[in-house]
Amino acid sequence: MSEITFTTPEFRVRVDRDACRRCGRCVHQCGWGVYRRSGDGEYPLPDHSRCVACHRCVTFCPEAALTIERHPLAYKESDSLSPELRKAIWRQAETGGVMLTGMGNDRPYLRVFDHLLLDACQVTNPSIDPLREPMELRTHLGRKPDSVEVDMVASDGPLLVSELDRQLILETPILFGGMSYGSVSLNVHRALAMAAKELGTYMNTGEGGLHAELEPYQDHIIVQCASGRFGVDSEYLQAGAAVEIKIGQGAKPGIGGHLPGEKIDLQVSVTRMIPQGTDALSPAPHHDIYSIEDLRQLVYAIKEATGYKPVSVKIACVHNVAAIASGVVRAGADIVYLDGFRGGTGAAPVIVRDHVGIPVEIALAVVDQRLRDEGIRNRASIVAAGGIRSSADVAKAIALGADACAIGTAALVALGCHLCQKCHTGRCSWGICTQRPELTRRLDPEWGAERVVNLVRAWSHEIAEVLGALGVNAIESLRGSRERLRSLGLDQTTGELLGVKPAGLGH
Amino acid sequence: MTPNSSTVRNVPTGPARRGPTGIEPARITAGQPGTELGVVSRSNTTSHIDARGIYYKTLNEQVREEIESGATTVVLDNVNGQRYIGAGLRGNGVTLVVNGVPGNDLATFMDGPTIFVNENAQDGVANTMNSGRVVIQGDAGDVLGYGMRGGHLYVRGDVGYRVGIHMKAYENQRPVIVVGGRARDFFGEYMAGGEMILLGLEAGTGPALGAYTGTGMHGGTIFVRGGVEPHRLGKEVGVRWPTSAEEVRIEEIVRDFCSATGLDPAPVLAVPFATLYPESHRPYGRMYAY
Repeated sequence: MSEITFTTPEFRVRVDRDACRRCGRCVHQCGWGVYRRSGDGEYPLPDHSRCVACHRCVTFCPEAALTIERHPLAYKESDSLSPELRKAIWRQAETGGVMLTGMGNDRPYLRVFDHLLLDACQVTNPSIDPLREPMELRTHLGRKPDSVEVDMVASDGPLLVSELDRQLILETPILFGGMSYGSVSLNVHRALAMAAKELGTYMNTGEGGLHAELEPYQDHIIVQCASGRFGVDSEYLQAGAAVEIKIGQGAKPGIGGHLPGEKIDLQVSVTRMIPQGTDALSPAPHHDIYSIEDLRQLVYAIKEATGYKPVSVKIACVHNVAAIASGVVRAGADIVYLDGFRGGTGAAPVIVRDHVGIPVEIALAVVDQRLRDEGIRNRASIVAAGGIRSSADVAKAIALGADACAIGTAALVALGCHLCQKCHTGRCSWGICTQRPELTRRLDPEWGAERVVNLVRAWSHEIAEVLGALGVNAIESLRGSRERLRSLGLDQTTGELLGVKPAGLGH
Repeated sequence: MTPNSSTVRNVPTGPARRGPTGIEPARITAGQPGTELGVVSRSNTTSHIDARGIYYKTLNEQVREEIESGATTVVLDNVNGQRYIGAGLRGNGVTLVVNGVPGNDLATFMDGPTIFVNENAQDGVANTMNSGRVVIQGDAGDVLGYGMRGGHLYVRGDVGYRVGIHMKAYENQRPVIVVGGRARDFFGEYMAGGEMILLGLEAGTGPALGAYTGTGMHGGTIFVRGGVEPHRLGKEVGVRWPTSAEEVRIEEIVRDFCSATGLDPAPVLAVPFATLYPESHRPYGRMYAY
């Protein structure tokens, strides 16, 4: 009886035997063990229960003989207790375990971005053609001074007397979010580092240390210091262009991380500086941070250890995010990184991923407003992340008050991720979220970098088009300009929180 | 104000220094708090800095500059709460001597140097320290050795809460914390590697060990002189007598500690020790369902 499971397959795999030439490539490509053959030259026999619909086999089948369909097995309808919930109950009844998942929140909560619309010029104010006229996307992240002192009578013209804090310079307002080596493969890190350098932006190590091979890219890398302090030493902090203190992650606010020993191979072990095969447990809090004052202590410890590089503080968007962000800025952060509840993860309990946190759109608006109201908005830049899916989301986030947006999932999708949400199993057939050498070698970093560069360049062009339509020639002119947004189908309170008027209301 | 006079010292900005500290210079500019420099006196490779009233940022930059200019010993006199002394410093041949009470995060991220503190220290000493040696003759505060990966932290007196939290080991890096006096609650919490010794000398009234010792422990070893009361241990912790190999190790560390703190090792070693160990190296291995 112990072998019996009530859970049924989610997908069904169809092998078209008229088309199939029995080459066996699907057997080789599937990292999930869906296909078996009784011998060479035989038809593949699928085990439907193992399929995750990642399409690796479909992509590589030379005869297009494979189809993945949603399994048609009917469940008695219940709006309340959906088949997914019933399956979770059965699985937990079998194991007694906490349900784990990967990627971002997939529940059908309101998508605020999809209820916001951008403005454009018509008749009374001219739009700009970005193909013919310069369009400035360059973005400076970091603390801006309250005022500057200029020497107007210097011999060679006016001279800036004040010293400015160091800035991260992005050629486009898009950077990559933290994804650790260990959760993703080294080839993903290679691809993102190459892409960041090519694009003039930054990748982020996540909490897994910096592999020695990425040293040539260090001017385009933000190194992360999280609660487990994995891979963090003096050299690491000094290697990055900036240091990010990770307090929280949008996909799992308030909890830490457990990277299972199976994923700690030799290279991951060297980079994280922990023994091979041991679990890497990241505590939920930093145990040297129980207050804003303590956060300030770590911010300045890092500044002291790095010669005052910019320090970013990454927080998950939670209910009291505006007050928290205000504290973070007062703690000395140069950048506040807001990670919304749709942000991705390599592994998180379902209950946390799907039910904790708030959308980045709302968090961003209330944080920007709070910092403005308190007169400290200039002291830190805001990076919005956690559910940025397109250039439209980037443009809307910037209009809501972000200085830049970070993408994680979108970059992985460019690398081949099909959003199967099985990152936590470490068996990714696309070689992204795995450490198995036979799988990781499937991702060619140079090919991946080119695809990510293509994606970000395309988005940048699209953002330039939108700026032109808005009649402005710099991303700076859209930043925090909520007057250029209108809402459609949002309730009045949410609209007010966003500081966005309803569609139809003019200036 | 002319541009040139606004900069107190002509510190270059730009690429990292290639000198021993590896840390880019921090700019000390007029208009910021505490740009006054500490008085420095030098003889051979020893520098003395009078830290009285000197802002921490200026003081730490002065320490780095002395090391960059070839000092191997930097003595800081009249220290009174300045934070981050030795933060991120690298290099095995460097020694700092702190006369006075240093502020929080002493030796944070430090990698190699030695720091002697002749009085008490505050919180966060040896935070995420990679290697090196910190010897404190007095008491020290909370969260010492957080995430410490290597090196030695010796405290002659008592320590506060959460000492050695999430300390870890890696290959030949084995962090060691020895506390001469008493420790408050959560000693060795979340411990992942390395060794901690609690001696409980001059404990006077009350127990040497606080409550919840080793809570969440999944690696490393804690040795407690004079035994432990089981109700003071976290649920992940087992207790037993030391093995003969551990006894050798205890003696080795205790002798080193006594030599650094000026104690006679004989009476310290005359009392038996108990070994605290994690009952599982993977406490959450079976927690999840897929």
